[in-house]
Amino acid sequence: MIEGLFVGLLIGSICVFSFLFVQYHQYQVVGRALPTESDGHPKIYRMKLWNTNEVRAKSKFWYFLRKLKKVKKSNGQILAINEIFEKNPTKINNYGIWLRYQSRTGYHNMYKEFRDTTLNGAVEQMYSEMASRHRVRSPCIQIIKTATIPAKLCKRESTKQFHNSKIKFPLVFKKVRPPTRKLKTTYKASRPNLFV
Amino acid sequence: MGFKRYVEIGRVALINYGKDYGKLVVIVDVVDQNRALVDSPDMVRSQINFKRLTLTDIKIEINRTPKKKTLIEAMEKADVKGKWENSSWGRKLIVKQRRAALTDFDRFKLMLAKIKRGGLIRQELAKLKKETAA
Repeated sequence: MIEGLFVGLLIGSICVFSFLFVQYHQYQVVGRALPTESDGHPKIYRMKLWNTNEVRAKSKFWYFLRKLKKVKKSNGQILAINEIFEKNPTKINNYGIWLRYQSRTGYHNMYKEFRDTTLNGAVEQMYSEMASRHRVRSPCIQIIKTATIPAKLCKRESTKQFHNSKIKFPLVFKKVRPPTRKLKTTYKASRPNLFV
Repeated sequence: MGFKRYVEIGRVALINYGKDYGKLVVIVDVVDQNRALVDSPDMVRSQINFKRLTLTDIKIEINRTPKKKTLIEAMEKADVKGKWENSSWGRKLIVKQRRAALTDFDRFKLMLAKIKRGGLIRQELAKLKKETAA
Protein backbone atom coordinates (compact mmCIF):
# COMPACT_ATOMS: atom_id res chain seq x y z
CA MET A 1 0.00 0.00 0.00
CA ILE A 2 2.84 2.35 0.84
CA GLU A 3 4.59 1.78 -2.46
CA GLY A 4 1.27 2.15 -4.26
CA LEU A 5 0.90 5.55 -2.61
CA PHE A 6 4.46 6.45 -3.60
CA VAL A 7 3.87 5.51 -7.22
CA GLY A 8 0.59 7.39 -7.11
CA LEU A 9 2.40 10.46 -5.78
CA LEU A 10 4.92 10.29 -8.63
CA ILE A 11 2.22 9.89 -11.23
CA GLY A 12 0.24 12.63 -9.53
CA SER A 13 3.08 15.12 -9.65
CA ILE A 14 3.81 14.36 -13.29
CA CYS A 15 0.14 14.80 -14.17
CA VAL A 16 -0.12 18.13 -12.35
CA PHE A 17 2.85 19.55 -14.24
CA SER A 18 1.76 18.34 -17.63
CA PHE A 19 -0.94 21.02 -17.94
CA LEU A 20 1.47 23.91 -17.46
CA PHE A 21 3.30 25.37 -20.43
CA VAL A 22 6.87 26.49 -19.51
CA GLN A 23 8.18 24.18 -16.86
CA TYR A 24 10.97 25.47 -14.68
CA HIS A 25 13.08 22.76 -13.10
CA GLN A 26 15.55 23.15 -10.28
CA TYR A 27 19.03 21.79 -10.95
CA GLN A 28 22.14 21.39 -8.86
CA VAL A 29 25.20 22.01 -11.05
CA VAL A 30 28.68 21.20 -9.82
CA GLY A 31 31.75 22.32 -11.74
CA ARG A 32 35.32 23.46 -11.52
CA ALA A 33 38.15 24.79 -13.64
CA LEU A 34 40.19 22.18 -15.46
CA PRO A 35 43.29 21.09 -13.53
CA THR A 36 46.52 22.71 -14.79
CA GLU A 37 50.19 22.33 -13.93
CA SER A 38 50.07 25.26 -11.50
CA ASP A 39 46.87 24.13 -9.81
CA GLY A 40 46.25 20.41 -9.82
CA HIS A 41 43.19 20.50 -7.59
CA PRO A 42 41.05 23.51 -8.40
CA LYS A 43 38.19 24.40 -6.08
CA ILE A 44 34.85 22.80 -6.89
CA TYR A 45 31.79 25.02 -6.99
CA ARG A 46 28.16 24.06 -6.67
CA MET A 47 25.15 26.09 -7.72
CA LYS A 48 21.42 25.65 -7.54
CA LEU A 49 19.69 27.02 -10.61
CA TRP A 50 16.26 27.18 -12.19
CA ASN A 51 15.83 26.64 -15.87
CA THR A 52 13.71 24.78 -18.37
CA ASN A 53 16.20 22.05 -19.22
CA GLU A 54 19.64 20.73 -18.33
CA VAL A 55 21.45 22.29 -21.29
CA ARG A 56 20.28 25.75 -20.34
CA ALA A 57 21.08 25.11 -16.70
CA LYS A 58 24.68 24.22 -17.51
CA SER A 59 24.99 27.33 -19.63
CA LYS A 60 23.64 29.48 -16.83
CA PHE A 61 26.09 27.88 -14.44
CA TRP A 62 29.02 29.12 -16.52
CA TYR A 63 27.38 32.55 -16.84
CA PHE A 64 27.33 32.95 -13.08
CA LEU A 65 30.69 31.33 -12.47
CA ARG A 66 32.37 33.65 -14.98
CA LYS A 67 31.12 36.58 -12.97
CA LEU A 68 32.55 35.18 -9.75
CA LYS A 69 35.76 33.39 -10.71
CA LYS A 70 38.25 33.50 -13.56
CA VAL A 71 36.94 30.42 -15.35
CA LYS A 72 35.04 29.80 -18.57
CA LYS A 73 33.35 26.83 -20.12
CA SER A 74 36.37 26.28 -22.36
CA ASN A 75 38.77 25.87 -19.43
CA GLY A 76 36.34 24.28 -17.01
CA GLN A 77 34.33 21.13 -16.61
CA ILE A 78 30.93 20.28 -15.23
CA LEU A 79 31.23 17.45 -12.75
CA ALA A 80 27.57 16.78 -12.05
CA ILE A 81 24.13 18.07 -12.84
CA ASN A 82 21.17 16.68 -10.92
CA GLU A 83 17.56 17.70 -10.89
CA ILE A 84 16.13 18.58 -7.51
CA PHE A 85 12.53 17.54 -6.95
CA GLU A 86 9.99 18.79 -4.48
CA LYS A 87 9.87 16.68 -1.37
CA ASN A 88 6.19 17.27 -0.53
CA PRO A 89 4.16 18.51 -3.47
CA THR A 90 0.93 18.06 -1.52
CA LYS A 91 1.72 20.73 1.07
CA ILE A 92 1.10 24.42 0.44
CA ASN A 93 4.00 26.73 1.33
CA ASN A 94 4.67 30.43 1.27
CA TYR A 95 7.78 31.01 -0.81
CA GLY A 96 9.85 34.17 -0.60
CA ILE A 97 12.05 34.88 -3.61
CA TRP A 98 14.81 37.47 -3.60
CA LEU A 99 15.79 38.50 -7.08
CA ARG A 100 17.95 40.94 -8.98
CA TYR A 101 16.59 42.14 -12.29
CA GLN A 102 17.54 44.50 -15.06
CA SER A 103 15.01 47.12 -15.96
CA ARG A 104 15.25 49.62 -18.77
CA THR A 105 17.12 52.03 -16.52
CA GLY A 106 19.32 49.82 -14.34
CA TYR A 107 19.56 46.91 -11.95
CA HIS A 108 17.22 46.53 -8.97
CA ASN A 109 16.69 44.08 -6.15
CA MET A 110 13.29 42.78 -5.32
CA TYR A 111 11.59 40.50 -2.85
CA LYS A 112 8.40 38.68 -3.85
CA GLU A 113 6.17 36.22 -2.05
CA PHE A 114 4.17 33.40 -3.60
CA ARG A 115 1.91 30.68 -2.32
CA ASP A 116 2.32 27.36 -4.08
CA THR A 117 2.70 23.66 -3.47
CA THR A 118 6.17 23.43 -5.03
CA LEU A 119 9.18 25.73 -5.23
CA ASN A 120 9.38 25.27 -8.98
CA GLY A 121 5.77 26.41 -9.26
CA ALA A 122 6.55 29.52 -7.20
CA VAL A 123 9.60 30.29 -9.38
CA GLU A 124 7.49 29.95 -12.49
CA GLN A 125 4.89 32.30 -10.97
CA MET A 126 7.69 34.74 -10.26
CA TYR A 127 8.92 34.73 -13.86
CA SER A 128 5.39 35.19 -15.15
CA GLU A 129 4.70 38.03 -12.75
CA MET A 130 7.94 39.86 -13.51
CA ALA A 131 7.20 39.59 -17.21
CA SER A 132 3.67 40.89 -16.83
CA ARG A 133 4.10 43.55 -14.14
CA HIS A 134 7.53 44.88 -15.04
CA ARG A 135 8.12 43.70 -18.62
CA VAL A 136 11.26 41.91 -17.48
CA ARG A 137 12.14 38.83 -19.50
CA SER A 138 13.67 35.74 -17.98
CA PRO A 139 17.29 36.29 -19.13
CA CYS A 140 17.30 39.59 -17.21
CA ILE A 141 16.33 38.00 -13.90
CA GLN A 142 18.77 36.49 -11.41
CA ILE A 143 17.42 34.59 -8.44
CA ILE A 144 19.48 35.49 -5.40
CA LYS A 145 17.73 33.39 -2.80
CA THR A 146 14.56 31.42 -2.24
CA ALA A 147 13.11 30.31 1.07
CA THR A 148 9.99 28.79 2.55
CA ILE A 149 8.54 31.42 4.83
CA PRO A 150 6.44 30.49 7.85
CA ALA A 151 3.11 32.27 7.91
CA LYS A 152 4.09 34.66 10.73
CA LEU A 153 6.96 36.16 8.76
CA CYS A 154 5.19 36.83 5.50
CA LYS A 155 5.30 40.46 4.44
CA ARG A 156 2.83 40.76 1.59
CA GLU A 157 -0.88 41.23 2.24
CA SER A 158 -1.76 39.23 -0.84
CA THR A 159 -0.23 36.07 0.66
CA LYS A 160 -1.26 36.87 4.24
CA GLN A 161 -4.95 37.01 3.29
CA PHE A 162 -4.89 33.24 2.69
CA HIS A 163 -3.52 32.48 6.15
CA ASN A 164 -6.95 31.70 7.52
CA SER A 165 -7.87 28.21 8.61
CA LYS A 166 -11.57 29.03 8.17
CA ILE A 167 -11.19 30.64 4.78
CA LYS A 168 -14.46 31.10 2.95
CA PHE A 169 -15.34 32.99 -0.19
CA PRO A 170 -17.82 32.59 -3.02
CA LEU A 171 -16.89 32.05 -6.62
CA VAL A 172 -18.40 35.07 -8.23
CA PHE A 173 -18.31 34.11 -11.88
CA LYS A 174 -18.86 30.69 -13.43
CA LYS A 175 -16.76 29.94 -16.46
CA VAL A 176 -19.04 28.18 -18.95
CA ARG A 177 -17.12 25.93 -21.27
CA PRO A 178 -17.52 22.49 -22.85
CA PRO A 179 -15.65 19.72 -21.04
CA THR A 180 -13.37 19.06 -24.00
CA ARG A 181 -12.16 21.31 -26.78
CA LYS A 182 -13.65 18.92 -29.29
CA LEU A 183 -17.15 19.93 -28.20
CA LYS A 184 -16.46 23.62 -28.74
CA THR A 185 -18.86 25.32 -31.22
CA THR A 186 -18.88 28.85 -32.57
CA TYR A 187 -22.60 29.41 -32.09
CA LYS A 188 -24.73 28.50 -29.10
CA ALA A 189 -28.50 28.25 -28.90
CA SER A 190 -28.85 30.26 -25.69
CA ARG A 191 -26.93 32.77 -23.62
CA PRO A 192 -24.91 31.25 -20.79
CA ASN A 193 -25.87 31.32 -17.11
CA LEU A 194 -22.90 32.74 -15.23
CA PHE A 195 -24.26 32.53 -11.67
CA VAL A 196 -21.77 30.73 -9.46
CA MET B 1 -29.75 37.01 -4.22
CA GLY B 2 -26.65 36.09 -2.27
CA PHE B 3 -24.23 33.29 -2.60
CA LYS B 4 -25.08 29.91 -1.14
CA ARG B 5 -22.09 27.83 -2.20
CA TYR B 6 -18.75 29.00 -0.87
CA VAL B 7 -15.23 27.85 -1.47
CA GLU B 8 -14.30 26.61 1.99
CA ILE B 9 -12.39 23.76 3.52
CA GLY B 10 -14.61 20.71 3.24
CA ARG B 11 -16.67 21.87 0.28
CA VAL B 12 -17.34 19.06 -2.19
CA ALA B 13 -16.89 20.01 -5.83
CA LEU B 14 -17.17 18.38 -9.22
CA ILE B 15 -14.31 18.62 -11.70
CA ASN B 16 -15.76 19.88 -14.96
CA TYR B 17 -12.72 19.99 -17.26
CA GLY B 18 -9.52 18.10 -17.81
CA LYS B 19 -8.16 14.69 -17.11
CA ASP B 20 -10.19 14.09 -13.92
CA TYR B 21 -13.47 15.19 -15.49
CA GLY B 22 -16.55 14.09 -13.56
CA LYS B 23 -14.81 13.31 -10.27
CA LEU B 24 -16.13 14.46 -6.93
CA VAL B 25 -13.37 16.04 -4.85
CA VAL B 26 -13.12 17.80 -1.51
CA ILE B 27 -11.46 21.20 -1.18
CA VAL B 28 -8.81 20.61 1.44
CA ASP B 29 -6.98 23.95 1.35
CA VAL B 30 -6.81 27.13 -0.69
CA VAL B 31 -3.51 27.92 -2.42
CA ASP B 32 -4.44 31.37 -3.61
CA GLN B 33 -7.17 33.28 -5.38
CA ASN B 34 -7.30 30.91 -8.33
CA ARG B 35 -6.28 27.52 -7.06
CA ALA B 36 -7.31 25.04 -4.42
CA LEU B 37 -5.74 21.94 -3.03
CA VAL B 38 -8.21 19.12 -3.60
CA ASP B 39 -8.29 15.56 -2.48
CA SER B 40 -10.40 12.49 -3.06
CA PRO B 41 -10.17 8.91 -1.79
CA ASP B 42 -8.99 7.62 -5.16
CA MET B 43 -6.58 10.35 -6.26
CA VAL B 44 -3.33 11.93 -5.13
CA ARG B 45 -3.79 15.31 -3.42
CA SER B 46 -3.13 17.99 -6.02
CA GLN B 47 -3.83 21.59 -6.84
CA ILE B 48 -6.50 22.57 -9.32
CA ASN B 49 -7.79 25.83 -10.71
CA PHE B 50 -11.24 26.99 -9.58
CA LYS B 51 -12.19 27.36 -13.23
CA ARG B 52 -12.15 23.59 -13.43
CA LEU B 53 -14.42 23.10 -10.43
CA THR B 54 -18.16 23.38 -9.97
CA LEU B 55 -19.14 23.68 -6.32
CA THR B 56 -21.89 21.45 -4.96
CA ASP B 57 -24.20 21.90 -1.98
CA ILE B 58 -22.40 19.22 0.01
CA LYS B 59 -19.94 20.22 2.71
CA ILE B 60 -18.08 17.99 5.15
CA GLU B 61 -16.48 18.78 8.48
CA ILE B 62 -12.71 18.61 8.25
CA ASN B 63 -9.75 20.63 9.41
CA ARG B 64 -7.34 22.25 7.03
CA THR B 65 -5.32 19.60 5.10
CA PRO B 66 -6.37 16.46 6.93
CA LYS B 67 -4.62 13.11 6.64
CA LYS B 68 -5.99 10.85 3.94
CA LYS B 69 -7.46 8.47 6.51
CA THR B 70 -9.22 11.30 8.37
CA LEU B 71 -10.59 12.61 5.10
CA ILE B 72 -12.01 9.23 4.12
CA GLU B 73 -13.60 8.84 7.56
CA ALA B 74 -15.16 12.30 7.38
CA MET B 75 -16.52 11.56 3.92
CA GLU B 76 -18.07 8.32 5.17
CA LYS B 77 -19.58 10.07 8.19
CA ALA B 78 -21.16 12.79 6.06
CA ASP B 79 -22.22 10.15 3.50
CA VAL B 80 -21.06 12.23 0.57
CA LYS B 81 -21.59 9.43 -1.93
CA GLY B 82 -25.14 8.77 -0.72
CA LYS B 83 -26.10 12.45 -0.66
CA TRP B 84 -24.66 12.93 -4.12
CA GLU B 85 -26.39 9.94 -5.68
CA ASN B 86 -29.72 10.97 -4.19
CA SER B 87 -29.49 14.60 -5.24
CA SER B 88 -31.19 15.51 -8.52
CA TRP B 89 -27.87 16.67 -10.01
CA GLY B 90 -26.17 13.40 -9.09
CA ARG B 91 -29.04 11.30 -10.39
CA LYS B 92 -29.02 13.13 -13.71
CA LEU B 93 -25.30 12.43 -14.10
CA ILE B 94 -25.80 8.73 -13.36
CA VAL B 95 -28.53 8.52 -15.99
CA LYS B 96 -26.21 10.26 -18.48
CA GLN B 97 -23.46 7.76 -17.80
CA ARG B 98 -25.85 4.84 -18.19
CA ARG B 99 -27.11 6.16 -21.50
CA ALA B 100 -23.57 6.66 -22.79
CA ALA B 101 -22.68 3.07 -21.89
CA LEU B 102 -25.55 1.44 -23.79
CA THR B 103 -24.71 -1.15 -26.40
CA ASP B 104 -26.68 -1.48 -29.63
CA PHE B 105 -28.62 -4.39 -28.16
CA ASP B 106 -29.47 -2.26 -25.12
CA ARG B 107 -30.71 0.49 -27.39
CA PHE B 108 -32.86 -2.04 -29.24
CA LYS B 109 -34.36 -3.21 -25.96
CA LEU B 110 -34.91 0.42 -24.97
CA MET B 111 -36.74 1.06 -28.25
CA LEU B 112 -39.05 -1.89 -27.66
CA ALA B 113 -39.72 -0.76 -24.11
CA LYS B 114 -40.55 2.77 -25.29
CA ILE B 115 -42.93 1.46 -27.94
CA LYS B 116 -44.65 -0.74 -25.37
CA ARG B 117 -44.98 2.14 -22.92
CA GLY B 118 -46.32 4.40 -25.70
CA GLY B 119 -48.87 1.74 -26.61
CA LEU B 120 -50.11 1.43 -23.02
CA ILE B 121 -50.43 5.21 -22.68
CA ARG B 122 -52.43 5.41 -25.90
CA GLN B 123 -54.77 2.62 -24.71
CA GLU B 124 -55.48 4.49 -21.48
CA LEU B 125 -55.99 7.72 -23.41
CA ALA B 126 -58.45 5.99 -25.78
CA LYS B 127 -60.38 4.62 -22.75
CA LEU B 128 -60.57 8.09 -21.17
CA LYS B 129 -61.72 9.65 -24.47
CA LYS B 130 -64.49 7.04 -24.79
CA GLU B 131 -65.65 7.78 -21.22
CA THR B 132 -65.79 11.53 -21.75
CA ALA B 133 -67.49 11.11 -25.17
CA ALA B 134 -70.08 8.75 -23.73
